[in-house]
Amino acid sequence: MAEDAELRTDVLVIGAGGAGLYAAIEAARQGAQVLLLDRSLIGRGGATVMAQMTVAVALGTEQPDDPAFHLRDTLAAGRGLCDPALARLLCEEGVEVIQEMDAWKTGWARHADGRIRQAHAPGHDRPRCVYVDFLSTGPAVSRTLRTQAQRQGGIRRMGEMLVTDLVLADGRVQGAVALDLAHGRAVRIAAGATIIATGGLTRLYRRNSASANMAGDGYALALRAGATLIDMEFVQFFPIGHLAPRLIGMDPIMWDPFRYKLGGRLLNSEREEFTDRYGAPPEGGRYVVTRDLATYAITKEVAAGRGSPAGGAWLSFEHVPEAELRANFGPVIDRLAANGIDLTKTAIEVAPIAHYHMGGIRVDTRMATDLPGLFAAGEAVGGANGANRLSGNAITEALAFGRVAGRQASALAKQEGIAWTDPRAREALALAGRAGAVRPGFNPAAMFAALQATMAEEVGAFRTATGLARAATRIAALAAELGEAPPGAPLPHDLARADWFDLRAGLLVARAVVLAATARTESRGAHQREDHPGLDAAWTSNQTVTLAGGRLALGQQPVAAAA
Amino acid sequence: MSIAILSIHRGGPGEAPRRDVFEVPFEAGQSVLDGLRWVREHTDPGLAMRYACLNANACKECMMRLDGAVIYACTARLEAREMRLDPLPNKPLLRDLVTAIAPPDERPPDAA
Ligand SMILES: Cc1cc2nc3c(=O)[nH]c(=O)nc-3n(C[C@H](O)[C@H](O)[C@H](O)COP(=O)(O)OP(=O)(O)OC[C@H]3O[C@@H](n4cnc5c(N)ncnc54)[C@H](O)[C@@H]3O)c2cc1C
Ligand code: FES
Repeated sequence: MAEDAELRTDVLVIGAGGAGLYAAIEAARQGAQVLLLDRSLIGRGGATVMAQMTVAVALGTEQPDDPAFHLRDTLAAGRGLCDPALARLLCEEGVEVIQEMDAWKTGWARHADGRIRQAHAPGHDRPRCVYVDFLSTGPAVSRTLRTQAQRQGGIRRMGEMLVTDLVLADGRVQGAVALDLAHGRAVRIAAGATIIATGGLTRLYRRNSASANMAGDGYALALRAGATLIDMEFVQFFPIGHLAPRLIGMDPIMWDPFRYKLGGRLLNSEREEFTDRYGAPPEGGRYVVTRDLATYAITKEVAAGRGSPAGGAWLSFEHVPEAELRANFGPVIDRLAANGIDLTKTAIEVAPIAHYHMGGIRVDTRMATDLPGLFAAGEAVGGANGANRLSGNAITEALAFGRVAGRQASALAKQEGIAWTDPRAREALALAGRAGAVRPGFNPAAMFAALQATMAEEVGAFRTATGLARAATRIAALAAELGEAPPGAPLPHDLARADWFDLRAGLLVARAVVLAATARTESRGAHQREDHPGLDAAWTSNQTVTLAGGRLALGQQPVAAAA
Repeated sequence: MSIAILSIHRGGPGEAPRRDVFEVPFEAGQSVLDGLRWVREHTDPGLAMRYACLNANACKECMMRLDGAVIYACTARLEAREMRLDPLPNKPLLRDLVTAIAPPDERPPDAA
């Protein structure tokens, strides 16, 4: 018997981070009815709210600037693999969204004369990053967009909805199935157009800056529906994630803003500066080394036996006067004191952590995927950043691409209307909502930890053919253990059931990363092969991944021509 | 090795509330959330709790009661003693440590 969808909408937005919120606002502004879903609470679940500092945009408030200069830096950082049209869109549309965010009272830090302040982040040729003090960029961006989404009207916002599958008919995406976490039941959602804005995959790694909701859901949704992923081998590691001493109530990437404002010194066990030995410009108290290089330098130094006690590098601000620390980071200095840390007396330890994914769903400049009816935006999208991302580009990307996706999805939904055929959703509905056989001893939380260990050990910042092969074997074993359906009856806030879906997504996405990383026999940007050091010009092409009949297929395409 | 003892409220609305007690290895500098996640990974993956950012104190989803006082589980320190964890008092209980904290217009609709 065909049943109607419980929820119907012109535009379905999956994920309520910066990209999803902006997409929802823009789609509603264009006249569409919008349903904005998030597995967590609205505006709380992903990377956007956790971001602390930089948003790159050529406003030219410190020095004359132009999106063309921002584009040049973005392409250089991408090591030849950026899709120039997407990168250009990021840089150009970025200016508009940041200005609109300013009009919406985000509270970008300003000079006394009213000019927006811009910090100079590594890889940029001039000060180009706006921010909100103190370390409040993400919360401010999220709050602003949430308020705007409430004001806009026409946006139904709904948290605690874990989208598990897209629903297709006749090759077109016509909605999705979600697990309603609050009630523990499956929900059907019919939509004229669907936008994946689910963020990245860094939770797949043991040391990461991720929230609990970043296991690559969107990539898996897209793959299983038949869309194409691109650049999946390029996972960015953030070189100076907090390692020791154990801190609570602080984000592991907190030291980046300190580096921007105060420089700081990165030291090995001999208390020597070392990044210049690996080709970085001498630090001289300034923050100039890019992320891929710093990750490389720290990892090599640790491997050479010159790491800090916990297995990273020392980061020291001992030379910075207390007054300067307080002037720049007052409330944070208090939180550090509560953790027993006095930066004037002790260095802390840092190490590379998984931070951002350059790869993702392949889209055109309308954010349209290969599948009719399906769009993507934000970190879920691949292409704009190539093999390595510049600091500050991710939030700009989320906002700019979100706006474009919202506009395009709204137009498509108006043109095509809503269709829904329940039989297509039947399997997905059963998976999300039906009770499976009870499996005593089955622990998906422990399995996820095992996946994270494998990814960290074998598919991290440095890779080898043998390590990647080991990873493939372990991932296959975990997939076999996972089985075909979640065990037990669904309950309200059933984390074990959510873990089962996270593993289904995470294992598939991990396979895609391993596949692409194995094939790319060179070292470039964030993809470093110990067994293939050095960039190989013959590899100046993008790899794609698709799924058919349960098998992943790898493709290669030439880098798109300059826009 | 010292241990922390987590005494946790279990069950949903309408069920007779009960408590489960878990022993968790304790390391200085850990948070209560670290302890709860250890329980899920090693003892009982079915424990219901809510968190997203883990460490950043950005999502504000991990609010619960520790010995009666409202805390964020990710910023409260785990201690080598018995700690009583309960759901928030003034919000509808969903299960175990989870209450309905989303704004009413941002919740999934009640089943038809
Ligand atoms: C700690 C941290 C600091 C950062 N700092 C900076 C910075 O200073 N500057 C910068 O440019 N970038 C920074 N980044 C990167 C940047 O924040 C992200 O790339 C960007 O915010 C991504 O936005 P998004 O909207 O695409 O995804 P997110 O903000 O991650 O949002 C995705 C949303 O989708 C939801 N979701 C996921 N799966 C599902 C599903 N199956 N069903 C329903 N909902 C789902 C999640 O709960 C989440 O709310 C930082 C990242 C982190 C983690
Ligand atoms: S887990 Fe996000 S505030 Fe505690």
